[in-house]
Amino acid sequence: MTPLLKVTGLTRMYGNRVGCRDVSFELWPGEVMGIVGESGSGKTTLLSCLSARLEPTAGTVEYDTRAEGLQDIYAMGEPRRRLLMRTDWGIVHQNPRDGLRMGVSAGANVGERLMAVGARHYGEIRAQADEWLRKVEIDGDRIDDLPLTFSGGMLQRLQIARNLVTHPRLVFMDEPTGGLDVSVQARLLDLLRRLVTDLGLAAIVVTHDLAVARLLAHRLMVMRRGEVVETGLTDQVLDDPHHPYTQLLVSSVLQP
Amino acid sequence: MTGATGYNFAYLDEQTKRMIRRAILKAVAIPGYQVPFGSREMPLPYGWGTGGIQVTAAVIGPDDRLKVIDQGADDTTNAVSIRRFFARTAGVATTERTTEATVIQTRHRIPETPLVEGQILVYQVPIPEPLRWLEPRETETRKMHALADYGAMHVKLYEDIARFGRIATTYDYPVLVNGRYLMRPSPIPKFDNPKMHMNPALQLFGAGREKRIYAVPPYTAVKSLDFEDHPFEVQRWDQACAICGSADSFLDEVVTDDRGGRMYVCSDTDHCTSQQTRKEAAE
Repeated sequence: MTPLLKVTGLTRMYGNRVGCRDVSFELWPGEVMGIVGESGSGKTTLLSCLSARLEPTAGTVEYDTRAEGLQDIYAMGEPRRRLLMRTDWGIVHQNPRDGLRMGVSAGANVGERLMAVGARHYGEIRAQADEWLRKVEIDGDRIDDLPLTFSGGMLQRLQIARNLVTHPRLVFMDEPTGGLDVSVQARLLDLLRRLVTDLGLAAIVVTHDLAVARLLAHRLMVMRRGEVVETGLTDQVLDDPHHPYTQLLVSSVLQP
Repeated sequence: MTGATGYNFAYLDEQTKRMIRRAILKAVAIPGYQVPFGSREMPLPYGWGTGGIQVTAAVIGPDDRLKVIDQGADDTTNAVSIRRFFARTAGVATTERTTEATVIQTRHRIPETPLVEGQILVYQVPIPEPLRWLEPRETETRKMHALADYGAMHVKLYEDIARFGRIATTYDYPVLVNGRYLMRPSPIPKFDNPKMHMNPALQLFGAGREKRIYAVPPYTAVKSLDFEDHPFEVQRWDQACAICGSADSFLDEVVTDDRGGRMYVCSDTDHCTSQQTRKEAAE
């Protein structure tokens, strides 16, 4: 069995500053990996490097393509990389406005990826958009409404539907529940967990919220100053932290 | 008629014309690809056809016969001014007959009379980039063209059907040229789109403000985008032209009074006149 994503010695420098340094790991199909750490610790830089949006300074990111097995994503041509990003991958942004087209209807937002990979039958595109809106608990009669009229939680769910419509195998999420109030967060987490299990998705979730990590992630990577300081199973890392920084992180969670 | 003194033939200097011709050659070699060129200030405002007029100036010769139309009509301000401009600065013969013209500069129509080999149709283009509506960044749209990454264009058509139940884009309807480049055919009605397909004439597009030239060489495939279950269709009218009785041309609705009176007439004035003459000759 080959890993879905294989990262070796990944480093990204911003001049003399470190974005992330010497990160290596393997992600297996169906596995959800959480990346936690304080802000400025390089989580988002790492995620951008992994999802082909930011070229690393050193190191490789290999992805198990359906046709040719493990391939370095920065060595393959841009057309193939774009196709990969639109079919096999999903990217859920922290701010849904970054990942959605705010000027077109919800249906068009969900259908865009289908059209980008060659769907040319309006009825079928619409039927699939409708089905996916239902899956993320958005009423079917909102299909022709502009995202501008949606609430924050709905926007985030719409963004998830838009990403999952092409049945990706790997989803990158950057703070998927950031900026949402607690009850909406809980519903969204519930939905995400169900979708990930039902579809057998592999996912990399960046978050600073340890509760989110606990709920979603199987495995955890703790980052500090651009370096990975501790990895392990989520429960193991959170219940029995070894590194002093992780201990600090876990003990600083507020208890209501 | 001779050219005005103090001006080079067809207003532009020879170096400029050479530069524009190089851009045109490149555009013809890569059908539908937008070639940047050093657009000059022309003695008319942007949006009035500065791109078209520069292309015409670069391709016109002393033996050419020029026709200029604006929304199909030979007698509107824009058409009259540009025709007179070239009559003065190049001393070329002008005409209103499509069949007699060798160079036709057009704003927003293709003549109803089928074009033939050897004719050149010059379009005035306001915004050359078909993807601009979806993607405001020029660097990104260029990349999309380079990778033929055009799926997003259908989002616009999808949105039309979702809102209006049919593809409601009626002009500037996006086309795929030669199976490769997505092109904006300038604001011609989609009624004219099928005429671009396999047209024996050379079609040149000039955008002065945006500094782009592109082309559709003779006998090139031009396909209008559509969905399988919502195929491309052109406009139809229940009426025939009130003047010439033509039933298959593009009609303008003209309001005749303030009591709801209106008439439908051909937008192509030359077509309308020749139909009338033919009808009178038959009677």
